[in-house]
Amino acid sequence: MFLRNLGLLINATMTYTPPLLLAALGSCFSERSGVINIGIEGMMTIGAFVGASMALVCGNPWLAFLLGGIAGALFGLLHAIACVSFQADQTISGTAINFLAPGLAVFLSKAIYDGSSDTPPIDISGKLPKVFDGIFPIGSFWNNVLSNYSVAYLSLILVAVVWFVFYKTKFGMRLRAVGEAPEACDTLGINVYRIRYICVMLSGFLSGLGGAYITLATVNQFRPILVVGQGFMAIAAVIFGKFKPQGALFACLLFGLCSGVQVLAGASNIGISPNLISMIPYIVTILALVLFVGTARVPAANGKPFQKAK
Amino acid sequence: MSNIKEKDAKNSFGTKVLHGNLLYTLISIIVGFLVGAILLQIAGISAGEAYAKLITGVFGKPKFIVWSIVYATPIILTGLSVAFSFRTGVFNIGAEGQYVVGSLAACVVGIFVKAPAIIHVPLCLIVAAAAGGLWSMVVALLKVKRGINEVLSFIMFNWIAFYLSNYVVNIPAVHTDGSGEATKDILDSAKMMVTNESLTKVMGSGASYNILVAVLAAAVIAFILNRTTLGYKLKAVGFNRHAAEYGGISANKEIMTAMSISGALAGMGGACQLMGMGIRVSQFAGQEGFGFQGITVALIGSTNPIGCIFAGLFYGAMKYGGTKLSLVNAPAEIVNIIMGTIIFFIAISHVFKRIILGYAGRKSTKSEGGTK
Amino acid sequence: MGRESHVDLSKTVIAMHDIVKKFGDFVANDGINLTVHKGEVHAILGENGAGKSTLMNVLYGLYHPTSGHIEVNGSKVSIDSPEKAIELGIGMVHQHFMLVQPFTVTENIILGMEPVKGLSVDLKSAREQVVELSKRYGLQVDPDARIEDISVGMQQRVEILKVLYRGADILILDEPTASLTPQEIEELIDIIGHLTKDGKSVILITHKLKEIKASADYCTIIRQGKYIQTVDVTKVNEDQLAAMMVGRDVTFKVDKKELEPGEEALVVKGLHGRDYRNVEILKGLDITVRKGEIVGLAGVDGNGQTELVEIITGLRKGTEGSVQIHGKEVFGATPREIFEAGITSIPADRQKHGLVLQFSVADNLILQNFGEEEFSKHGILKRDAIQKKATELIEKFDVRPRGSENKPAGHLSGGNQQKVIIAREITNDSELLIAVNPTRGLDVGAIEYVHKYLVDQRNKGKAVLLVSFELDEIMNLSDVIKVIFDGKIVGSVPGKEADENELGLMMAGGGAHE
Repeated sequence: MFLRNLGLLINATMTYTPPLLLAALGSCFSERSGVINIGIEGMMTIGAFVGASMALVCGNPWLAFLLGGIAGALFGLLHAIACVSFQADQTISGTAINFLAPGLAVFLSKAIYDGSSDTPPIDISGKLPKVFDGIFPIGSFWNNVLSNYSVAYLSLILVAVVWFVFYKTKFGMRLRAVGEAPEACDTLGINVYRIRYICVMLSGFLSGLGGAYITLATVNQFRPILVVGQGFMAIAAVIFGKFKPQGALFACLLFGLCSGVQVLAGASNIGISPNLISMIPYIVTILALVLFVGTARVPAANGKPFQKAK
Repeated sequence: MSNIKEKDAKNSFGTKVLHGNLLYTLISIIVGFLVGAILLQIAGISAGEAYAKLITGVFGKPKFIVWSIVYATPIILTGLSVAFSFRTGVFNIGAEGQYVVGSLAACVVGIFVKAPAIIHVPLCLIVAAAAGGLWSMVVALLKVKRGINEVLSFIMFNWIAFYLSNYVVNIPAVHTDGSGEATKDILDSAKMMVTNESLTKVMGSGASYNILVAVLAAAVIAFILNRTTLGYKLKAVGFNRHAAEYGGISANKEIMTAMSISGALAGMGGACQLMGMGIRVSQFAGQEGFGFQGITVALIGSTNPIGCIFAGLFYGAMKYGGTKLSLVNAPAEIVNIIMGTIIFFIAISHVFKRIILGYAGRKSTKSEGGTK
Repeated sequence: MGRESHVDLSKTVIAMHDIVKKFGDFVANDGINLTVHKGEVHAILGENGAGKSTLMNVLYGLYHPTSGHIEVNGSKVSIDSPEKAIELGIGMVHQHFMLVQPFTVTENIILGMEPVKGLSVDLKSAREQVVELSKRYGLQVDPDARIEDISVGMQQRVEILKVLYRGADILILDEPTASLTPQEIEELIDIIGHLTKDGKSVILITHKLKEIKASADYCTIIRQGKYIQTVDVTKVNEDQLAAMMVGRDVTFKVDKKELEPGEEALVVKGLHGRDYRNVEILKGLDITVRKGEIVGLAGVDGNGQTELVEIITGLRKGTEGSVQIHGKEVFGATPREIFEAGITSIPADRQKHGLVLQFSVADNLILQNFGEEEFSKHGILKRDAIQKKATELIEKFDVRPRGSENKPAGHLSGGNQQKVIIAREITNDSELLIAVNPTRGLDVGAIEYVHKYLVDQRNKGKAVLLVSFELDEIMNLSDVIKVIFDGKIVGSVPGKEADENELGLMMAGGGAHE
């Protein structure tokens, strides 16, 4: 019984973690390169919509998933144009994207689906596959643990990939340097603008994937309130995780776990208000920050526009 | 506008926002509507028809204008809240949560305290302000005492407020006896509706005098910022914390003060919405967005308190007019797209400024001027 | 000085012709010529703001000249980016180091030209190359240390290694001695010798005449953006160089009347404190300043000067010890309480601590006094009184341009910003003045002004603590020189008897005597 519950808990955790984790990894790229991206929320929403509608159009979940990411990346491009090329205030630009992208998503939904803000449901064949489905008996521990959508595993692998990129590759070294000392990078012939463009677009891409995961795996359609708040939670996870991919993983798993507990507790009717249970992840985060984590060292050039000399 | 003079104000978010001024804001608004029109046309909807509906929907009848103002009131207050925080170097992304606890506190007092209107209304407002202020002050404490990034804790507190509100709504003593997932209605003595019949005949039944609270608050905030030692201290900390401390100003104390005032404003926004329009707090499905709309209002209003009144009225009208767009089969979300575009162009308005002022070649002067 | 010259006049490596660089209406470089040969050390001399750094940024591809052209190794080139400059063999060490603080020495050196093995950066071979280079040129560094943990001297060596790693033959050093001890400066001059012997050319931007005499072959003088002339360093003396730089005869000596110091104004005893990384940086420091004397605190940046002043003025909390101002214990008090105890200070970083750049000049002038009855009542500012005060002070202290009461302080020049601070501080009229690097970044006229002001204060019988990284300034002004090293006072010398080499040794931690 305990094992079964544990399996369910792990399953629930892994249901809620991937979209957050994908967006958080994206946020790591942007923040570490020196661009604050509070538009993650909007980028996830447009990714969720494009993922769902493309799955309906083409029936191929992987292509739809990818297109969701690309939609996010386009808004990343917009953010980069404003923040990198025009040295706009990054918070303002991000706020604009949080209005634009979800607005556009629902607008398009209504324009395409006869005034409905929700897309029609996607067939099971249009959803992302579960890799270990049917291998273990239904209800068994391993079935619960491993019965997740393939992208959930992909997102975990991606943490290792991002870690490798950040700390082992030339690009990663440069992106971290650009977020700390862009002037120094400029004098060394590193193209600060290009790196920031790539990073901000990557953050949009990964956020778009996170959004598309929700519509293509967690649920089976786009609804306007699907993403609400998760983009901000992803940003919170990154600050919580001290701007490191491995830290973000830990934070997202914590948030995912709390969401899992909340859902399971809600389902098992334990007599505590589900609203109080829902507060747990947020309270735990605050407590963890107060008690254990302390302050994160923000990349030195974070939020500061860099203007190349002429 | 005197704001142009402050173009060296590069350091803090609040002052950067000051670069914007009326002309560039208006240009951004025009661009916003153009982008909206293009999208509508692409979607096969007549932009002319949709915008005409938007305009008649807002100005067609006196009561429409009244409704627009009613819609505007809470976001003027959350806008003021965000603008005030910007001016003092903090980014209040938590106005959403402060709004919610403010509205909740006013609701509880509005239901359970029995008093004549002349006491009940101010009491509700004060309690809401206190609730919003305290909510924000906790975040300020975490920042000042433990160095915790306020953006992070504001986001957490927004969600805690969200679920707290839903929790309170479902407490049996508070929950409505009738149908619906909401609280009981607040008592008449706590409402801010216009009840004078000759007035409601012209203004419609939705008229509320809560706009007065917003205007008064804007005036007070403008006075604090420009004419008082408190404003002097808050701005000094916002612009340059080190110099402020050097001048004997306790930065931590002022940050606490600023964040509390900011929270109180958002809390009052919640109360005004409740007492002038909502009458009860409903169970939320998603965040209502008043806090995020406040960010927009603050930006369109160039973080100027008086500017926030006009920006808030503009947003309120758009919001209210947007509800009528479905009559011409245009998605109301076009309003969000227009608003997003406006903010986006405000964000890069210095680019127009440069082009328009013909300063294209001077771009580099300021950052490179002279040798070190 | 018996230095060996390695100039090969037959090979011109750099020729800059008639370089003009405008920023809007401001002409930073107005027709400047420069010729540098192989193996040559070429100094560029000029005051702050003369246009030296602009010229070098043009050569390094950071700025594009408005007109004029550049030849490198005999062929005309267009240097439109640092990459291009690096490609042409030009490397630059900036005055403000261009280092990534949390990165290691090795990572900083290879950044931008990282050796790669497969997908990842080959840090192992990078480290080997760094060690090899550092041995070859006698530039001692710890390849694995993080920049934020190493001394300023070592950071500079890292900067030079960065340039050498890129294979530069022409090195531009921008004010390289600004924060070095006399001994470190000598080491640097030796390093420059190694480099030129190896056939490299060095362009040295500086305003320090002694160093030019000690290390350069030729010197080009720039004044207010204009080319003045190029001289053979062996054929001129320091006074002649100074006159060419400023355009008139200058003396940095200040007249001081004889004064017997009076009662103690500042007494610091056994002070301990930590820096921003929470590392103990003050380790039981004692210092006393009496009325009618200037105490100069000499030392290399990072030995606790900043923290000392911050603790005295209440911006930082000390961990242990005692600070008395006019007999009143203020250890642990707030900045406001300490200010009220009677202390005035000119902060090290005028843009960070001294001014709120976005505030108007008038608002800056009341930074400590806004709460006083003269400027506010019941928490409401008296705008008229503030304005009147500003007009009065702007006139009295010759802040230019006139009528800048309501202009943001950030729009004033560095010298005028400093005048605003001095105007504010002098009005406070306290008996103890602390000045930290009060002349940093100012031109000669402004430096003279500030020095005169400090001596005037002392002559009026006030106590002055002068903290400066410019040893010349300390030696010119102080009645007593104290040397700080590793969080303690390691030496005390009467101003008149001070010897630069002796002070330098103490600043580096050698030969203490008290």
